[in-house]
Amino acid sequence: MTGPKALPIAARAAGQPYAPAAELYELQADDRLHRVKVPSPLLGEFDAVAVTRYEDAKSVLNDERLRMGFSLDPDAPRTMLNQPGNLLNYNGIEHSRLRRMLSGGFTVKRVRGLRPMIEEVVASRLAALEEAGPGADLVQVFSTPIPTMVICELLGVPYADRAGFQRRAQVGLDVNTTREEQIRNLAEMDAYMATLIASHRESPGDNLLGGVVRDFGHELTDDELIGIGNMLLIAGHETTASMLSAGAALLLQNPEQLAVVRDEPDAAAGAIEELLRYCAPATTMPRQAAETFHVRGQEIREGEKVVVSVLVANRDHALSDGDLDTLNVRREPVSHVTFGYGAHQCLGQQLARMELRVALPALFNRFPTLALAVPPEEVDYRTTALVFGVRRLPVTWTREEAS
Amino acid sequence: MSMTVEIDEPRCVAAGHCAAAAPGVFDQRDDDGVVVLLDPTPPAGEHGKVREAAALCPAAAITLRDRGGAR
Repeated sequence: MTGPKALPIAARAAGQPYAPAAELYELQADDRLHRVKVPSPLLGEFDAVAVTRYEDAKSVLNDERLRMGFSLDPDAPRTMLNQPGNLLNYNGIEHSRLRRMLSGGFTVKRVRGLRPMIEEVVASRLAALEEAGPGADLVQVFSTPIPTMVICELLGVPYADRAGFQRRAQVGLDVNTTREEQIRNLAEMDAYMATLIASHRESPGDNLLGGVVRDFGHELTDDELIGIGNMLLIAGHETTASMLSAGAALLLQNPEQLAVVRDEPDAAAGAIEELLRYCAPATTMPRQAAETFHVRGQEIREGEKVVVSVLVANRDHALSDGDLDTLNVRREPVSHVTFGYGAHQCLGQQLARMELRVALPALFNRFPTLALAVPPEEVDYRTTALVFGVRRLPVTWTREEAS
Repeated sequence: MSMTVEIDEPRCVAAGHCAAAAPGVFDQRDDDGVVVLLDPTPPAGEHGKVREAAALCPAAAITLRDRGGAR
């Protein structure tokens, strides 16, 4: 095998980037839990129990005997799995304490209040797309800038710095890198965030990072604040950008369903849930068993790692009797695990939903004739990173109809 | 059939599903997003939304009981 490796739990079928690989369905159909080899620049290739069924996924993601942060070690080089402040490296009460310092910024009410700002950002990117003209790359002009501008505004990170932090986020999520590259990349991320934290320490800004420094700065170290900032910045733009690109690419290949998103405001929220279920862009981080326990009577030994395939769990018939391998934006929303489950379920999920609900209908209303500018099989999908996405998505439209 | 809603506040992870699904019954604290129970005995018209909220909760922090006390 040459070429970049994909994570086995996120493997997609050849030529069908939205479909789980056949091996994942085979694992799901088998009553026995299997161990798989997981490539990881930070941990080295490791063996892990692969969880592929929906009920098992919910059960293990909500099980406190499975721990995150098993690589935290102040004496080892700093990596994403060894970074204080990052919520994905904490468990139990410690995790809850940190999460509650941040969760006020992402409530349903708070996110509703952000809607006008999000609409403004989307409008500015639609104007930019119009100006770029047919043939423009939707990833560059629309999908990446929108969540980046929104998270910059929310956190208080200068949008002008995007080239640097976007590149570092891409490297951080790339499985096909070395440990040394990851250590160097995180050092750059930390150095950047340290300057922002230092300025908030001096004079807390009127934004989320400033608020955390103001309210909790006395009980957090600079290292913890840097980890919090890095986590919010990466998680805040990378996954939503992927969903915008992957969702748009998928709808452009399913015009009847695109019409629902475009023409039926009442159906938009349900349609976005279906896109989230179907695209499942993010992977969950590995967990490690703190003690020996059983899943459906099968032993998971103390110290073993466990990985969950959100991608195939979202297609499990335990979720719904319907055909879950077919996109159906009119489906009665099902309780997918795209945002994870349990105490670590995505902190920013309501913000992500709001961005998707505003941006996708607005895109298709502004450009009713929007179409792929390349044959569908030539769309360049990113299938080997921790987050699935689209690298380039050239689109075209008829200018007369875009008013 | 009457319904009683109980919340387990320490378990809450502030994901916001309940406040989105049944805003008449659940809210979130401004400072940390933790669930606020607005109506522990919601009217029948809200029961569907409350069941949805309980099912979506990733932390299993919402318990529903009928008048008899059974789940």
